[in-house]
Amino acid sequence: MSQPLLQVKNLHTMFPTESGEVRAVNGINFSLERGKVLGIVGESGSGKSVTAYSILRILDNPGRITQGEILFEETDITKLPRNQMRQIRGSKISIIFQDPMTSLNPVYTVGNQLMEAIRLHTSRNRQQAQERALEMLELVGVNEPKKRLKQYPYQLSGGMRQRVMIAMALACEPDILIADEPTTALDVTIQAQILELMQELKNKLGMAIIMITHDLGVIAEMCDEIIVMYAGRVCERGTADEIFYNPRHEYTKGLLRSIPKMTTTKERLTPIGGSPVDLLNMPKGCAFAARCDRAMKICLTEQPEEIEINPDHRAACWVNVKEGALAQGGQNNG
Amino acid sequence: MLKYSVKRILLAIVTIFIIAAITFFAMNAIPGGPFAKEKAPEPRVQAVLEARYGLNKPVGEQFIMYLTNLLRGDFGVSLKTGREISQTISTSFSVSATLGAMAIVVALVFGLLLGSIAALMRGKWPDRTIIFFTILFVSVPSFILATLLLLIFSHGLGWFQVWSVTETNYTLPVIALALYPMSYITRLTKSSMLDVLGQDYIRTARAKGVREQLVIAKHALRNALIPVITYVGPLTAYILTGSLVVETVFGIGGLGTHFVSAINNRDYPLVMGTTIFLATLMVIMTLVSDLLYKAIDPKITFD
Ligand SMILES: Nc1ncnc2c1ncn2[C@@H]1O[C@H](COP(=O)(O)OP(=O)(O)O)[C@@H](O)[C@H]1O
Ligand SMILES: [Mg+2]
Repeated sequence: MSQPLLQVKNLHTMFPTESGEVRAVNGINFSLERGKVLGIVGESGSGKSVTAYSILRILDNPGRITQGEILFEETDITKLPRNQMRQIRGSKISIIFQDPMTSLNPVYTVGNQLMEAIRLHTSRNRQQAQERALEMLELVGVNEPKKRLKQYPYQLSGGMRQRVMIAMALACEPDILIADEPTTALDVTIQAQILELMQELKNKLGMAIIMITHDLGVIAEMCDEIIVMYAGRVCERGTADEIFYNPRHEYTKGLLRSIPKMTTTKERLTPIGGSPVDLLNMPKGCAFAARCDRAMKICLTEQPEEIEINPDHRAACWVNVKEGALAQGGQNNG
Repeated sequence: MLKYSVKRILLAIVTIFIIAAITFFAMNAIPGGPFAKEKAPEPRVQAVLEARYGLNKPVGEQFIMYLTNLLRGDFGVSLKTGREISQTISTSFSVSATLGAMAIVVALVFGLLLGSIAALMRGKWPDRTIIFFTILFVSVPSFILATLLLLIFSHGLGWFQVWSVTETNYTLPVIALALYPMSYITRLTKSSMLDVLGQDYIRTARAKGVREQLVIAKHALRNALIPVITYVGPLTAYILTGSLVVETVFGIGGLGTHFVSAINNRDYPLVMGTTIFLATLMVIMTLVSDLLYKAIDPKITFD
């Protein structure tokens, strides 16, 4: 296996504010192979969007990357000059956002915005760009695409707009599509349609996808690998099966308990207790310790390393280290 | 769009008619008249004059007469000078229109520019400096500003001659007239620009790889303009009334000067003529700003 397409190494991103430094991402590591789907899950505020924006370097002011590397095709794009970074955005790495109602510019037509993306990164002329835009709208299943080109965003439904966003993101055939909670703002039925569309487009076009969500249930079947984020760190990572059926971090277990199950609609959901960690004052130990039912002394003082549960599964939780040690100790005794 | 325009134009005509009526009857209700002065003419002469100008007829009849003349473009003659009012308006208006148009352009161009700079450099020294001066200019009344400009740059430094028939440099009057609306537009632009820059579609534009200058010029500015466009109507109104003061301070013989002296002289036809003319202008400018609004914001649909 050659080098992965994208490698994020020890990424730190923070926002210097008046009340202090908001440490949104604190040493994330992951890699993405060509054509694979990586899921990123975590509660709202866990740093998923900031991770995505860091990769594209479209952080809101005053956010900045303070440490780490992001290797795309072996170049560290955190150090690229602005101009070269701009050429990667929208052409090699694209993104679609959470809220399709506000993500399109209200004063330009759908066609204008689609063609802008196409003409920025290809040598197509107006005519050819328009043809491409039409082709993309057809591809993402927008009805009456000719008419849509001339329409303004407000004339389209939420689902349609998200399709337009997808068309725009994929128009230049990127290697990576980052989908930042692409269905969170949509109705349940539309959600399913959009996810299905993304799966279908992935099979057709073969791009790699980073699928961000706060709802594990939504993406599980799509993902080759899932990482679970809390307070800008990775708590647990593994295949969808491992995360679902063999969760090892108390936070992951909490997330799983909060998923609505299709079968038993009346079942009580239990959100994770306690409030998210204060990113201005990160604790010394495990960020989740204050909310964790099984927290031990060491959890408050030392940050857990990721340890291997099995080749498909790693978790950063002291409980596993202890249990692992016990298991090993048990073996020795026996 | 066409239906809307027709509707708006009809509405505009009604508005102008109402303004004409109010002006006419208000003028008639004011006690005293152009001939009621210390050196009033003999009663016999006054009777002849009143008959000539139709002042002895019932008010209603006078109004009808006045309106029919208006429709023919006849504003009547000045009671003081005897000159055609339409002529007075057209000659003096060219000066006022130049002054007003220049002030509007200056206010818009510099307001948008400074407002955008303040937004983009928020919290840094250019922003602070700009906001300091806009607060200053918004709080100083235009007659004081005009007088100060005249004192400093004409009288003190001697950079500009005082306005006369041969010396028609518009710089100082335009500044005096434009500073207030410019400051207002600056602050309006800053806040709307800041709002727009925080919107999701700006992030979308950056994520597409649009260069930063275009993100501002194409994606942000046009959206930021929308609240500014709504100010074009009030802006025109300000320029119209502000020019009365500024023209008087600088001694410019524009429409404003004539208007003010007509009121002092109780020159009814001239007051009415100027009022109706200015009102028409105002109504047209409001119409223009509405249509501009439509051109910039696609969400505004007519009917
Ligand atoms: N512009 C900003 N200024 C200050 N803090 C920010 C900013 N954007 C995000 N953050 C902080 O970063 C943290 C992670 O945010 P985000 O990545 O958006 O979470 P999510 O996982 O819901 O996408 C949040 O707690 C938020 O407080
Ligand atoms: Mg988010």
